[in-house]
Amino acid sequence: MTKPTAATRSIVIEREMPHPPERVWRALTQGALIEEWLMENDFQPAVGHRFNFRATPMPHWNGVVDCQVLVVEPSQRLSYSWNASGEETAGVLKTVVTWTLTPTKGGVLVRMEQSGFRAEDEANYQGANYGWQRYIGGLERVAAGLG
Amino acid sequence: MGITTNELFSTLADPTRRAIFERLCRDGEQTVRALTDRAGVSQPAVSKHLGVLKHAGLVRDRREGRQTHYSAQPQGLAPLIDWMSLYGAFWRERFDRLEALLNRMDQ
Repeated sequence: MTKPTAATRSIVIEREMPHPPERVWRALTQGALIEEWLMENDFQPAVGHRFNFRATPMPHWNGVVDCQVLVVEPSQRLSYSWNASGEETAGVLKTVVTWTLTPTKGGVLVRMEQSGFRAEDEANYQGANYGWQRYIGGLERVAAGLG
Repeated sequence: MGITTNELFSTLADPTRRAIFERLCRDGEQTVRALTDRAGVSQPAVSKHLGVLKHAGLVRDRREGRQTHYSAQPQGLAPLIDWMSLYGAFWRERFDRLEALLNRMDQ
């Protein structure tokens, strides 16, 4: 269900960790532990549960992520929607984060895939030449300075 | 609201329009007259550019007496943020923190 369609792109990060899958699962699913490495949250490992991640607001983003739990398979797979919240960014970012834990000889392979980055936006970024990138970077600095 | 990335790019592709937006970002709120004095084009042309910028959500206007004051809305640039590179860096850093936490849990 998280397989990206032709129209979207994903970020995938994989890392083998020398820990039992059960320990990683706890770090991924217990609110207080999640907060230690990811963000403040009201996560519950129950399919359908709606929750938020809250980070420090930054320019153009209020720091809130709207989420809903999609898949809970203990010590194997966890998936939730990950949508930017707030007036400025709602609808701009609609993604799904999926964690997959695969036991290995020395521990567990932790795989995180964030899928759903729209190709429409990506095409624009690729079409954007260096000048545009620099221009936007400059505007971001200006915007940040507006306080 | 709901403006596409393409529309944003085309809005900012015009150098005069971009200069007006940059000026508002840099120097804060200004009247159409003040902007016209520096833009090198006529006041109707400046007003037209401001209308396009307003439609794109990049400026906001405020009437005061007979003058209209314009200010930049840089958050209108949000659709241009490169979410993929933002999150790529974000997750790598969070993986480091996750590993550090797992090591602490081990003790």
